[in-house]
Amino acid sequence: MSNPILTLNHVTRTFAVKRQTIKAVDDVSLAIREGEIVCLVGESGCGKTTTGKMIAGVLPVSSGEILFRNQNIANLRGDDRKQYRLGVQMIHQDPYASLNPTHTIADIIAAPLRHHGFTRGDAATRERVRELLARVDLTPPDDYLEKFPHQLSGGQRQRVSIARALTVAPSFIIADEAVSMVDVSIRISLLNTLTKLKDAMGLAVLFITHDLALAKYFAWEGRIGVMYLGRLVELAPARDLVERPQHPYTQVLLSAIPEADPEVTRRKKHIELRSMDVPSLLRLPTGCAFHPRCPQFIGAVCEQNVPGLLEANGARVACHLVNRKT
Amino acid sequence: MPPTLSVQNLSIEYAARRGKVRAIRNVSFDVARGDALALIGESGSGKTTLGLGVVQLLPSTAKITQGNALYHRDNKTIDALTLKGKALREFRWKECAMVFQSALNSLNPVLRIADQFGDTARAHNYLQGRALKERAEHLLTLVRLDPERVWKSFPHELSGGMRQRVLIALGLLLEPQLLILDEPTTALDILTQRNIMDVLKELRGKLDFSLIFISHDLSLAAELADRVATVYAGKIVEFADVTTTFKTPAHPYTIGLINAVPTLQGAKEDLTSIPGSPPDLIELPSGCKFHPRCPRADARCKRDEPELEEIASGHRVACWNWRTT
Repeated sequence: MSNPILTLNHVTRTFAVKRQTIKAVDDVSLAIREGEIVCLVGESGCGKTTTGKMIAGVLPVSSGEILFRNQNIANLRGDDRKQYRLGVQMIHQDPYASLNPTHTIADIIAAPLRHHGFTRGDAATRERVRELLARVDLTPPDDYLEKFPHQLSGGQRQRVSIARALTVAPSFIIADEAVSMVDVSIRISLLNTLTKLKDAMGLAVLFITHDLALAKYFAWEGRIGVMYLGRLVELAPARDLVERPQHPYTQVLLSAIPEADPEVTRRKKHIELRSMDVPSLLRLPTGCAFHPRCPQFIGAVCEQNVPGLLEANGARVACHLVNRKT
Repeated sequence: MPPTLSVQNLSIEYAARRGKVRAIRNVSFDVARGDALALIGESGSGKTTLGLGVVQLLPSTAKITQGNALYHRDNKTIDALTLKGKALREFRWKECAMVFQSALNSLNPVLRIADQFGDTARAHNYLQGRALKERAEHLLTLVRLDPERVWKSFPHELSGGMRQRVLIALGLLLEPQLLILDEPTTALDILTQRNIMDVLKELRGKLDFSLIFISHDLSLAAELADRVATVYAGKIVEFADVTTTFKTPAHPYTIGLINAVPTLQGAKEDLTSIPGSPPDLIELPSGCKFHPRCPRADARCKRDEPELEEIASGHRVACWNWRTT
């Protein structure tokens, strides 16, 4: 399982805003292996969703390339393109908006099965729908077949979205804030279902979230990438990232998050930023984009040069200070 | 000293096409002077309704069917739920201010921050002119804003975190004794959230007011609250000081919530969700409303609803089987 299923090479995406261009994603390189979990975390506007959309093929890249099984997705035609479109599936954030309210659950899941010829005949399709519902723990499936989305809770709808993504036997799932709209008490069971499916079907998952604790829980066996203003600033195995964060931004983030334990959270040391102002993407700071806020700012090099994402202690970190030490 | 706010037997219903939504059912609790109480629970548990009820800002479909909210200041006690007209206007903001969930939309977009403060002061016959500006600058500094930068700005010129801090400062303008914050950090980024939390902690040290904050985020309660009320299906099911709530919770719902939240400290823990989903508030289950999701439910739980009982000093729980924890 060491072959990358998906590779991003120097991917950049710009948008035109009021006669200016902003770089939503800037020079991101990343390889995700078959069956691997990678979480992308960062604050709003850091480019994590744009990255997900480019991988899903719903947004073209501005420069750089995205490879699916070593083929550039921009050049795929015919059957190859179909393989990619089916192989990479997306689960959206809002389960209230992503299911057609006038279709029953059975219809929603049967449509892609029929359309792409995964099943033949109504009986076989229905059987497969039942199987998929059971897979996402909507049991007994017969209770759900004839229901409409509005009759289900947010968590159940999100399970339907997962089942729908699975209809076309994908090998790569992009889950963009897939549990953030679901009640706290049932988030974990949804993540556990995803983990179970990933193990059973050998899926690779790109999980996009703003919640580092959730990322740690879900990506425990995988990796976490931290994005800041369009750039990937640290990419490391989940445990290392949480226990020994190297990039100053990752350290600040981890220190800022409150914990659900009064003793721990009140004793926690918070790293102070040099400035609270979040720079606008329209006027990105020169050099390292984090330098105006960075508590470990070391001078001119941070202001002038953009740090590369370089190997450091088993991780990759884009920071002049870290890169100088290693 | 009597508590700043004492809510007694409060029930609130909403009229819906399918029937009555029983959003708050016979809820009683006290907020002591200077105390911070967190109301935690999932969406739809009635937390916000409770907050809106105290300041009588419920929508017209809602009805307070019973209860009092006794507010105490300077040896006088009033029932906030019976106030009308001028008395109600004076109670709101001067005695009890609320910062709403959609902080980003609760400032008037066409008024500069200076005018938002001015309007509020004028409507309540508070300080004017120079004195007002000084008071506002003091508050803005307390919430770590630069008054120079903010005073002449329009809301759209400020970031989400700055607007939230302006609202907190504005809430405290008339020196209320009680501040209600509805999801004060939801929809804000992690670093902004940290900043708001630090501001709130600092304010509590410097000014004398009680705080009720409503949140679905347990870690926020762990950090800011003195006491925590767990709300489920319109009822407080557990009430305790913050350490007890997180270290030795007794209600299966509180325990379930805590076990469902991942932490950053330590290795990956075994987390479990609470099975099922929150109940329909129109057709509530019989007996204890949590019984369909509860691992400890028995025949009695299906039949009778438990009321809060004191199981240790200051620790109240509404569960028949709390001893079997």
